[in-house]
Amino acid sequence: MTDAMINEKNLIEGRTGKWEVVLGLEVHAQVTSHSKLFSGAATDFGAEPNTQVSLVDAGFPGMLPVINQICVEQAVKTGLGLKAQINLTSVFDRKNYFYADLPNGYQISQFLQPIVGKGTIVLDLAEGEHREVGITRLHLEQDAGKSLHDQHPSKTYVDLNRAGVALMEIVSEPDMRSSEEAAAYLKKLRSILRYLGTCDGNMDEGSMRCDVNVSVRKVGGPLGTRCEIKNVNSIRYVAAAIEHEARRQIEVIEEGGSIRQETRLWDPGKGMTRAMRSKEQAHDYRYFPDPDLLPLKLDAAWVESLKAGLPELPDAKRARFVKDLGLSDYDAGVLVSEKESADFYEAAAKGRDPKLVANWLTSELFGKLNAVGKSITESPVSAKALGELVGLIEDNTISGRIAKDVFTEMFETGKPAGQIVEEKGLKQVLDTGAIDVEIDKIMAANADKVAEYRGGKDKLFGFFVGQVMRAMGGKANPAMLNERLKSKLAG
Amino acid sequence: MTDLTHLTIADALDGLAAKKFSARELTDAHLKKMAALKKLNAYITETPEKAREQADASDKRRAAGGKVGALDGIPLGIKDLFCTEGVQTTAGSHILEGFKPTYESTVTKNLFDAGAVMLGKLNLDEFAMGSSNKTSYYGNVINPWKRRNEDGGCDSTDLVPGGSSGGSSAAVAARIAMAATGTDTGGSIRQPAALTGTVGIKPTYGRCSRWGIVAFASSLDQAGPIARSVEDCAIMLGAMAGHDPKDSTSVEMPVPDFRKGLTGNIKGLRVGIPKEYRVDGMSQEISDLWAKGAEWLKSQGAEIKEISLPHTKYALPTYYIIAPAEASSNLARYDGVRFGLRVPGNSLDEMYELTRAAGFGKEVKRRILIGTYVLSAGYYDAYYLQAQKVRALILKDFTDAFKQVDVILTPSTPSAAFGFHENEGDPVQMYLQDVFTVTVNLAGLPGISVPAGLDAKGLPLGLQMIGRAFDEETLLRSAQVLERAANFTALPAGV
Repeated sequence: MTDAMINEKNLIEGRTGKWEVVLGLEVHAQVTSHSKLFSGAATDFGAEPNTQVSLVDAGFPGMLPVINQICVEQAVKTGLGLKAQINLTSVFDRKNYFYADLPNGYQISQFLQPIVGKGTIVLDLAEGEHREVGITRLHLEQDAGKSLHDQHPSKTYVDLNRAGVALMEIVSEPDMRSSEEAAAYLKKLRSILRYLGTCDGNMDEGSMRCDVNVSVRKVGGPLGTRCEIKNVNSIRYVAAAIEHEARRQIEVIEEGGSIRQETRLWDPGKGMTRAMRSKEQAHDYRYFPDPDLLPLKLDAAWVESLKAGLPELPDAKRARFVKDLGLSDYDAGVLVSEKESADFYEAAAKGRDPKLVANWLTSELFGKLNAVGKSITESPVSAKALGELVGLIEDNTISGRIAKDVFTEMFETGKPAGQIVEEKGLKQVLDTGAIDVEIDKIMAANADKVAEYRGGKDKLFGFFVGQVMRAMGGKANPAMLNERLKSKLAG
Repeated sequence: MTDLTHLTIADALDGLAAKKFSARELTDAHLKKMAALKKLNAYITETPEKAREQADASDKRRAAGGKVGALDGIPLGIKDLFCTEGVQTTAGSHILEGFKPTYESTVTKNLFDAGAVMLGKLNLDEFAMGSSNKTSYYGNVINPWKRRNEDGGCDSTDLVPGGSSGGSSAAVAARIAMAATGTDTGGSIRQPAALTGTVGIKPTYGRCSRWGIVAFASSLDQAGPIARSVEDCAIMLGAMAGHDPKDSTSVEMPVPDFRKGLTGNIKGLRVGIPKEYRVDGMSQEISDLWAKGAEWLKSQGAEIKEISLPHTKYALPTYYIIAPAEASSNLARYDGVRFGLRVPGNSLDEMYELTRAAGFGKEVKRRILIGTYVLSAGYYDAYYLQAQKVRALILKDFTDAFKQVDVILTPSTPSAAFGFHENEGDPVQMYLQDVFTVTVNLAGLPGISVPAGLDAKGLPLGLQMIGRAFDEETLLRSAQVLERAANFTALPAGV
């Protein structure tokens, strides 16, 4: 990062001046796979405790790990999606520590030679700003089991369903400078993972977890000592934890103290971080290459074939929507941020006016879905149905104004647009004669206003439009109505 | 009827095929002798019911005239490091006392699929760590061999059977198993074989599956047989070996018919004599026997060449870094949480401490400490990483040597069997037992020990032959020629 990249609005005002916060994120993303990283046990979320555990996962004597090729494939795809270097040789190491939910007494991870090296990710920030953040590495590792401390007054229960599940640890460079950027990073990473189908990105189910490294420094100064905040399990909490931690560090320093390198835990209840263990208390993990596993060698041609088969990712899709479909960068960004919305949009826009469909989707459908707390995949209006509605506008069957009423009914009843228009007789009137008749009636009934209009009170035009529309049940073609009204009022 | 327990596997298979005796008779003869020789403490768990059941099933197969396995009806002992379904598997440790696996190791499954009969689980050094079988929680195994007194009588001193496969070697020597499985991490098959007048082969790393074998040092551990002839070892190894997708280090290669490869012909075979194996203080007896071995092979048409394995002197220290490092991690799973011994404590850490303090013996603790130390931050580069580099150099020594020779001949051990109170005190003295054998594990090569003669006190001595990776055929063929020349027919006292 150069000083040139310092953004004034990200700086935090302290007593002694302005501070810059420096952030790096470590994300643990659970690999989408039917079985675990080194065993055939299932990985379904929410199963009864200890029902998805093989002898390998439970660390029984003589059990050996065998790498799951699907997990390797997912990691490589993710690396490719992050435009990262794929290491054709990588090594699995043992990270040794004792804990009740770590059956082997070591976690199989990748330490010195990860499967994926340096890459990049583009953040989509407010006001259409984009910024690139470096990815340091991605490695494969096993998850641990779960210790349940609240099931018995004096005992801890252990659930090994999660033990051995494949995780991708994705480490960013310390390139972020605000909680907004950290949140944007997580959103973008999650979006890419979901596009790739390599992680479902559900933070509330723990399939995407985040540790945040936070330090502060005076603008232009050397990097400060960092603290690692663990257990931040939603994007909102990540932002809150960063805000709190940055302020805490600034206060400590401004009061003459210094920051200790330590691991801190985010307490969402109290909205603050607290010390967990210091650097001195840190484990010595005694990493060494796992002798049960040979180095992982990838075939370059296989990697190429995965690359060729990658789906279109959000950045490329947004660029295409802007360039080929004429959408604004903002609208395109909104549509591509979730793969499901982009898919929905593309299905709805097939053969229709892409901008019109984008407008209907971003303003009308998203608004209504938000109001009822549903996601795009749960939308009562299908992509096809929305496309049909836009089709009716395009071929002048209904006006945009009527279309809004039709849409509301579609959303409530799930009926197709054509049926609603038919049943309610909402087809718009394109017959100038019929429109003329109504205009004449209204002008006759409001002769005073006609006179005022003709006397220069242009604003009354809207009044006449409204009156005629109401009289025609909103079905008059707005363009025709305007044109006819203008000419008649002109006398 | 002759004593069936003295038969080789090859002869027993012929006898069974010719219906001279039944598998049940063969098994019963062994069970009877096991009862008589309990004082040897070779078995931790005897499984007579299972043995009879398997023997009867074998007899039925033969009676039905169908296809029989390569070891059909042959009673074996299984080192208690192999997990056996439903049968206690202890690894010689208190911490696994009472542990009954719900699964069968690949090697034992292969043996049972070949029709073998299991007599029981054989004693061993705790977690296969030792060269004397003295570290077993289940007591010492007594070597059936005794020293000869000066007056020609039998000395009463109990001798070690070697280790870690001491139960295996003692049982095979004492005729209470026709053959046994062993595992060899630094010499644990070959050294006990040498000390008991039996034949033991450690195949190439990757030849036998490690799945279901309690791990000691994963990059060195390899299963193999101990038997009373090279031919029996060939039969056993053929049944034990094979690729196993459950072991990522097992090699996908066809298993040759080792027995068929025993042609007795070694004309033109180039035999290497590594000069670095003439270690300081080597006894004249060992030195003479080694020379005699070379002569025997030469007289059968082999060409003897002196070779150099320059990094040999670093092998033992290298081994005693790598093996404990891997062990310290492999043994972390014995924590009292899921199986085996648990000593309750007031906290998780206290439970770990009490369980592991009570569950592990002194030698195991020593190696866990060494292993933890050499992997620690600040020491890793100086010890573990350095040891890995030396290991690569040792492998290169062998690769270079095998450009000039086909097999290598060395002594198996620096001495014959010793008493239980000898070699005590200084653990390094005990570690020296492995001086000729560890290089083979570090290089992943096959090695075999063949009984070649008796020392002045009437105790067996072995010669070791080392082969190219995955060339057990040449190794076994050469070893059989050596075996025939040595014509080792001595029997332990009272057997």
